[in-house]
Formats: sequence, C-alpha cells, structure tokens
Amino acid sequence: MFRNDYDTDVTTFSPAGRIHQVEYAIAAVKQGSACAALKSDDYAVLACVMRKESDLGSHQEKLFKVDEHMGIGISGLIADGRVLCKYLRTECLNHKFVFETPMQVGRLVRKLSDKSQVFTQTSEKRPYGVGLLVIGCDKTGPHVYETLPSGDYYEYIAQAMGKRSQSSRTNLEKYYKEFKDMELGDLVKHALQSLRGASEEKLTKTNCAVAFVGKDRPFTILTGDNLGPYMELAVGGDDNNMDESKKEEEAT
Amino acid sequence: PPTPNLPRSAARPGHSSGEMMMMGHGHEAKENPRTQTTQPIVTGASVLAITYADGVMMISDTLASYGSMARYKSVQRIGKVNDGAIVGASGEFSDFQYIKDLLEDLTDEDFDTADGRELSPKEIHSYLSRVMYNRRTKVNPLYNQLVVGGFDTSKGESYLGCVDMYGSTFKDDIVATGYGMYLALPLLRKGHDKKMNEEAARKLLEKCMTVLFYRDCRTINKYNIAKVTGSGVEISKPYSLKTEWGFKRFVDPHSSE
Repeated sequence: MFRNDYDTDVTTFSPAGRIHQVEYAIAAVKQGSACAALKSDDYAVLACVMRKESDLGSHQEKLFKVDEHMGIGISGLIADGRVLCKYLRTECLNHKFVFETPMQVGRLVRKLSDKSQVFTQTSEKRPYGVGLLVIGCDKTGPHVYETLPSGDYYEYIAQAMGKRSQSSRTNLEKYYKEFKDMELGDLVKHALQSLRGASEEKLTKTNCAVAFVGKDRPFTILTGDNLGPYMELAVGGDDNNMDESKKEEEAT
Repeated sequence: PPTPNLPRSAARPGHSSGEMMMMGHGHEAKENPRTQTTQPIVTGASVLAITYADGVMMISDTLASYGSMARYKSVQRIGKVNDGAIVGASGEFSDFQYIKDLLEDLTDEDFDTADGRELSPKEIHSYLSRVMYNRRTKVNPLYNQLVVGGFDTSKGESYLGCVDMYGSTFKDDIVATGYGMYLALPLLRKGHDKKMNEEAARKLLEKCMTVLFYRDCRTINKYNIAKVTGSGVEISKPYSLKTEWGFKRFVDPHSSE
C-alpha cells in the first residue's frame, strides 16, 4: 500500500471508491501478532501468539473474557482492544441485568461493528486499530466472529488474523471439514498447530494462550502450566509416539 | 410543608378497584401532574392466569373503567408479544398500551436481526420488571399489575409470572391481579393442578371470573381467554358466561320463605 492524495481523512473516498484510512486501520490489525479461532458443533476455541516487547518484560495479554459464555482475542492496537473489551463487557452485563439471559453473540458483535462504523464516517475521530476474533456459545450454538476496524463482521468456522496469519489460514483450510465433530482436545491442538507458522519463535506454553467455550463449558483461558499438556500434544517433538488419548485425559 | 400522601382505599370515588396505592412521598408528583402520574384514570380490573398441561391460560374481562363508570366495554387487556408469550394487565390502560409499544420495539428488533432467536417469556418478564422498577424509582410509575405468560419451546416448559407497579416480581403456577388476588386466588389454588387439561383449566378460570363478576363492581360479563402452548398463542374473541340472578332472596329480599 503506497501513499496517495486521498488518504488524509477517513471522510475522503479515493477515485477508486476506497477509503484508505480504513484500509490503513485494517493494516494495523495485520501488524499485530497472530490469533486463530475455530469451532465444532459443540465448542469454539481461540488461540493466540503473545509477543514480548523485550526479554525484561512480560508477554502481551491478548485473550479476554467478556462473559461466562463469550470471549475475544485481539490483534492490532492493544490499547484500542482493551477499550473495546470494556465496552463488550458492559453491554453483556447490561443485557444480563435487563433480560436475565446471556446476550446473543451475534447481536453483541453487530453492536460493536455498528460502533466501529461510526468512526469510519466522522472527521474528528479515527477508526479503532484492532481486529477481534470473538468466540462464544449461545442458544444457537457455538460461534466464531471476526470484526474489523471497518465495521465489517463475519461469522466463520475458522479464521486467523495478524502477522503471518495466512499460513494459519492455509492450515485451517486444510482441516476445517473435520472440525464439526471434533473433540475439544483435538480442536485446541489444531488451533495451536495453525499458529506454528505465524510465530517468529518456537511456540511454548509461555508465549501463547488458548481459550475455549462450549455448551457445557464456560469461557476458560489456558496459559502457562495449564497449557502445557496441550502444547505437548500440538507441537511436542515426539508426539507421534505418545499415547495421545491418555494425554488428552490428563489435559482435560 | 405539604402533607404526606396517605394510601387511599379502593372505596374512594374516582379510584378503581384493587389496591392502587399512592406512593409514599410523592409531593413532587402532586405538583407535576403533567410529568409524574399520581393516580390511574382509565383502569382494568383483574387478570387471572394458570399453568396447565399444554401451557399457560390467561383470562380477563374486556372493561376499561373510568372511575366507577363502565366506560370502554370492548377492550382487550391481554396482548400477544410473540409466538411464545402474552402479557395481560390490570390498572391504567394507557400505561398498558405504552408497555405494549415497548414490547413491540423489542420484537421488531428480533425481527430485524433475524438470527433465529425470539424473546423468551423469561426475558420479557425480566425486562418488564426492570422497566417497572425503574419507573417506580423515579416516582412516576406505570400503574399496572402485569401478568407474563408463555411457553418456552426451547425448553418445552410453561412460564408464568407477574410484575407490579413497584417492580416486585413473582413466578408462580397461579397468578391473579387486582380483586382477583383476594377472591380468585383461593379458588384457583384449590382447583389447580399443573397437569390439568385445557377443558378443566378453562372451567376453573371461568368459575373464578364469574365470582369476580358477582362481587367486583368494576367488572362486566365479557371476557377474553388466551392460551400459549407449543403451537403458539391464541386469544379468543370476547364471550360471556352464564350468571344466576334468580335467587329468591335476591329477587325479593323481604320474602318470607
């Protein structure tokens, strides 16, 4: 993407019918470290690579719980992501208070997208520079949604976003037909495996995180030692030789 | 200083049947009749509802009184919200119409979103209780006692609950508002069985409405009966019940027999 005369304002169209500022915002999402999500008929799983600013610092937190039945993974401007997370949490809580029922994932995503769209049409503000992968489970089953700074949102069986996420997507495209009836352990394994190509360093239990949600399981984030057994399964050196079902039993 | 508003009894003229009480310290309400209501004007009497084998059944009469005058005699005080729920109201009729508009806004949103999810009876009940409590907190209540009845098809269960003008909510198999709370509730409790069939449920509700017609001055002998089951909502056309006025002592109180 190169600079041109029509990209100063988000309120300016280019002659080709594009709004460059929005596209640049989407580019910010592509610069963030990778996130991947996929779902079966019963569960939705989210995995992310957590970058470290320096060896002295901690890994950047990227997975957030929004409600008992819903959570997000973010890519892009993390600060924008935190703000949106707060908005999603507030909306969920509000809905739960008024209707005594968890909010439909799709409706919340739409609300967020409508909010994002406003900033693609104002002169004083900029679009949010963050993309979200939203996983949740509601009355209509598990869902995976992707939201973008443009205000677009899509529902997916599997999706990845962020740096080098194309390799993740290619990997997911290879296996997505099997996801429908897959066990939770295998879904987590696939999510982590899809991120292999997207990370600069080798995936370990400290530089990535996994979250899942299902009809009978509230949104849960796994990091560090909790993640260990899944990591072995997914990227362990000699996992071809190990008794996989036994490992899964330990892990869950 | 303005005198505190004391609860008024139902016997005072200009007030409808039931225990429509004044709010405790509503002297601002008295000074702002245009923005804060203090008394109901056009009112409906009792609404009764019970759960039965197939779902929920609700009955009310079709009268909206103007104080002691039987002003509007063909009014429907039970409204359909969606295919799974109905709401009945006693008290101020205009407030019920407003509440129906609020519920219509919600169902319109469901329709626009078209994501396969309709409001469940529980959600409607919860929503209304928040609205009612919110209004009561502002000392500008919606002067109603609402009955929410429905059938949750995703669970295969009946749902029945009520909300009053203070925002108090209850969920029960038997619900009555207004004078029905005093006269009909004991009869309903005696005759009710969760597994009773449609015929029996109907007869029980009709018996109670007959008693209310005899005893509550602000009723007429014209009713809507509604049911919500797995197959949806049905609200009947208005109909009347048989009443007996030929008792000797009633016809001639001074008769020697």
